[in-house]
Amino acid sequence: MSTVVRKFTRTVPHWQPRVTPMDLEQATQEQLDALQVTPSNTKVSDYVLTLAHDVESLKVRSPLFNAIMYDKGGMSRAERELGALAASMVNHCIYCAAVHAMRHAQLEKSTEVTDNLFRDGKQAELSPRDQAIFDFAVALSDCPSTAGPEHMAALREAGLDEAEILDLILSASLFGWANRLMHVLGDPVRKDEAGAS
Amino acid sequence: MALETTALTAAGIRPGTALDEAVQTRAGIFEMTQDAEASVLRPQDPGPWSHALRAALAARIATLNAEAGLAARYAADAGDFAGLADPGSDGSEQGVTEVVAFMDKVAAKTRDVSGADISALQAAGVADADIVRLCELNAFLAYQIRVIAGLRLMGGVSA
Repeated sequence: MSTVVRKFTRTVPHWQPRVTPMDLEQATQEQLDALQVTPSNTKVSDYVLTLAHDVESLKVRSPLFNAIMYDKGGMSRAERELGALAASMVNHCIYCAAVHAMRHAQLEKSTEVTDNLFRDGKQAELSPRDQAIFDFAVALSDCPSTAGPEHMAALREAGLDEAEILDLILSASLFGWANRLMHVLGDPVRKDEAGAS
Repeated sequence: MALETTALTAAGIRPGTALDEAVQTRAGIFEMTQDAEASVLRPQDPGPWSHALRAALAARIATLNAEAGLAARYAADAGDFAGLADPGSDGSEQGVTEVVAFMDKVAAKTRDVSGADISALQAAGVADADIVRLCELNAFLAYQIRVIAGLRLMGGVSA
């Protein structure tokens, strides 16, 4: 048995698909290539196996994701994680929020920011720079976006340069994408000890 | 400056500006973004969702996000499905009511999506692989639309 996680947490839950993931035994060569399955690497997560149903999209998504979150220069990794977390909170993607809150805390060696965010939500009080980053990413994640010139002014006032603002736009927007896969195609769950499979 | 992508065109980036310079340092990301657009709008294996239907749904989602320019760009390829680009239409004329309702909710009320929304598609006879295809189209557009909105704000250009 398992329980669906409904509250934000830094303890990353298990992701349980709502559709049947692709069966590796039935995979085409194109799917195996996209999954980077080799004889020595046959472990593929249910999430990736689910996305393998649309292999053309999966192939281009992984390098793009890595470039936006990890390429050198521009915004710090921790601040990109904050952009990702803001989007995930707007879209209530418990799984993505957990992964990126955990990474933020690891990179910053502090849980203070994510503790505040999970306790107080959009009313959380952050440092001026984190506040400008979080508020902009939240507004950009609305549908339609409610980000305006005042958000942009706040980012510049807080000292962000053009390269950093661009990276923030990219990381927050990327989680508009990731959330619509993770939160829509599966449930974040905790498995009970006895029923774990 | 050979970068020509939907996102940069729609955001109205002017060559030689500070913003253009920042964009050039992330050129690979904008090229991959354009590849991602092709993979969900014009895939080689579209499954049951034709390129025209995908373009119509993309135009519809852009309109839900108040991105009129992008909506017009996608609507141009919507062919027989052009009627779906209007968020007021429910898809009954084209026989895709459940698909349209699902796409609207994923685009605009993401946080409210639940397992019941997936079950509704399955009950309507949509295969699991084709549900994933719909989600990838929707999810990519959420990203592209926000990149455009953000870049436009950065450049101080009004919509």
